[in-house]
Amino acid sequence: MASKVIQAIYNDDDVLMMAVKRVKEAHHHIEEVYTPFPVHGLDKAMGLAPTRIAITSFMYGCVGITVAVLMMDFIMIEDWPQNIGGKPSFSFIENMPAFIPIMFELTVFFAAHLMVITFYMRSKLWPFKKAENPDVRTTDDHFLMEVSLHDNEDELTRLLVDTGAVEVKVSEKH
Amino acid sequence: MASHYEAPIREPLVTGEKSYHDVTVDVAAPVEGRANKQWWIVFSIALVAFLWGLGCIIYTISTGIGVWGLNKTIGWAWDITNFVWWVGIGHAGTLISAVLLLFRQKWRMAVNRSAEAMTIFSVVQAGLFPIIHMGRPWLAYWVLPIPNQFGSLWVNFNSPLLWDVFAISTYLSVSLVFWWTGLLPDFAMLRDRAVKPFQKKIYSLLSFGWSGRAKDWQRFEEVSLVLAGLATPLVLSVHTIVSFDFATSVIPGWHSTIYPPYFVAGAIFSGFAMVLTLLIIMRKVSNLENYITRAHIEYMNKVILLTGGIVSVAYITEFFIAWYSGSNYEDYTYLSIGAATGPYWWAFWALIICNFVVPQTLWIKKLRRNFMWSFIVSIVINIGMWFERFDIIVINLSKGHLPSSWSMFSPTFVDVGIFLGTIGFFFVLFLLYARTFPVIAQAEVKTILKSSGERYKRLREEGNSLAGTAADHRTSDIAEVSKKTSSESIKIDAEKQAQLLASLGVHDDEDEADDLKKINGIGPVMEKTLNQIGIYKYEQVSKMSEKEYNLLDEITGAFPGRAQRDDWAGQAKNLIN
Repeated sequence: MASKVIQAIYNDDDVLMMAVKRVKEAHHHIEEVYTPFPVHGLDKAMGLAPTRIAITSFMYGCVGITVAVLMMDFIMIEDWPQNIGGKPSFSFIENMPAFIPIMFELTVFFAAHLMVITFYMRSKLWPFKKAENPDVRTTDDHFLMEVSLHDNEDELTRLLVDTGAVEVKVSEKH
Repeated sequence: MASHYEAPIREPLVTGEKSYHDVTVDVAAPVEGRANKQWWIVFSIALVAFLWGLGCIIYTISTGIGVWGLNKTIGWAWDITNFVWWVGIGHAGTLISAVLLLFRQKWRMAVNRSAEAMTIFSVVQAGLFPIIHMGRPWLAYWVLPIPNQFGSLWVNFNSPLLWDVFAISTYLSVSLVFWWTGLLPDFAMLRDRAVKPFQKKIYSLLSFGWSGRAKDWQRFEEVSLVLAGLATPLVLSVHTIVSFDFATSVIPGWHSTIYPPYFVAGAIFSGFAMVLTLLIIMRKVSNLENYITRAHIEYMNKVILLTGGIVSVAYITEFFIAWYSGSNYEDYTYLSIGAATGPYWWAFWALIICNFVVPQTLWIKKLRRNFMWSFIVSIVINIGMWFERFDIIVINLSKGHLPSSWSMFSPTFVDVGIFLGTIGFFFVLFLLYARTFPVIAQAEVKTILKSSGERYKRLREEGNSLAGTAADHRTSDIAEVSKKTSSESIKIDAEKQAQLLASLGVHDDEDEADDLKKINGIGPVMEKTLNQIGIYKYEQVSKMSEKEYNLLDEITGAFPGRAQRDDWAGQAKNLIN
């Protein structure tokens, strides 16, 4: 594995996008790009795989609705069936309409919270986590591209400076 | 670039000559600056009101609900009115951030952060009322379906009151994570700007170590979109379920199928009014006039006009059906008990004037683009929507089917005190928020800056490329930046420098320096380094041979062998000629 990376800093998103495309065309491996805001199309240009987080949300939602159904069936039908307002609770399917609000809310609850937790875990976000952006300006108005080095510093530096980087430096990979 | 295209006919959403750095500075300013006198005055008033309310709550709980003005006929009054009022206000935040996200409304980005904060703070107020009304709030957890010591005694899942518990807690918690996830990049921005170690620590903690990787952003956007998709039906479900509290009962006036859509529209109506009230003040106090513009106010007023229209149509429908259906039950609801002419005529007409008549002025473009008038209308709507809930609850209860038990309601100082207390609490939270949180989603605003910023729209109209236009001289003065890096990364060995200059010749006049960047392989950084060593002219470079190349490599330490490979000397010779 490459232990050294070259970091190029840009001060404009359009310049960054063109740079990313050129670096990709030259067949260099872009390790990471740090940006202060979501640059649209950057993930595609970098060749990042699409995120599957929406799929996890769907699965969590399925878990939520299952939990709700089982809970309603156990609490209202199995464990302690009551005759409320002349509507006896002997059958889940007949009483189901009254449970729809709960089923809906729990679906949303599970889908939303578990997805966000998944996102935090996958992107390593939690309290007391140390930030890993190599330059503090990348949360303000600078964009930093990290390209892995394989004894091709000169070539890469030239390329990166040529793409409009305002700063290029070599750094050890942390 | 074409990707930033937006129709020129659209009003700019960010006015002024803003760069990305300007957005950062403007959003960070209220947090980094000190609170002024007005802030402390308003905060003190809010705090006093909050403490007064707290006292009233303690009095209620220690003495009993009897200290309220409730009676046998009107067993629900200000408490539930305030509850529904606050929940309703809490609808605009999620509407702005979720529904408007799905509709790709860019203007939401300037207002969503504060609207969501308002949502969370007002749902907190709303949640207080049912808990206080329980009488023994320390047993509030009994509303949860937990195994307990009373055998299999479960909560009643057929009851809309319990649905409310689930709806509101889901709504509150989902809104909270939605808000917080959006806040992470902005907290990170404050963290990276923070100078004082304490602030740095706090914002590091709050930002969860956000680093802004491309993959993080990709997930961030997907998560926001999915949360918006989830929150949209959620926000509609919450007030629908609140309306079920009334609609599933058999009280005349409450038992009505029109309630869910009517409550939801009313909630959005009142929520937008509260957002306007807060933001019209905030844009002035926090100097955000360039981000929360006249156009934003107009867009919100249009939403108010629409939802206010739905509410008005609902009022008319209720009366029309009362008359047209010929049903005694329907007629009894409004006409024969004299909602408009009886003892509560003032509450009824307050509702009609505040919610129906006054908002119609917003059809006039001049008025809906006027800050002062928008502010007045928003206050009027807030009052009107409180009366709407009061009318629904108190007027309908005051005249039941049994005339002997007809009654009026008069609040005690405790009722009033608790209500004022929640308003105080709300403003305490909001004022603290305004000084410690990034009140505008700056990362999102930066994404629309080039498409909807006034300056960039103009540049695009003039046919210029937008590439590089958002850079700011304060952060990217190229010479400045490079000097910093070169002085940081390179310590020049004086002895080697002298040797090098001895063979290349000394040239100290910076003004006559050649553009060394023309030499293939020398970028702005390397040029600065060379200048630092004392190499300014092609002539000097052209004299370089293997010995000098090696000396240079030893001095700079970067890119060994590069100068020789590129034949800088040869290139420099060509450039002299």
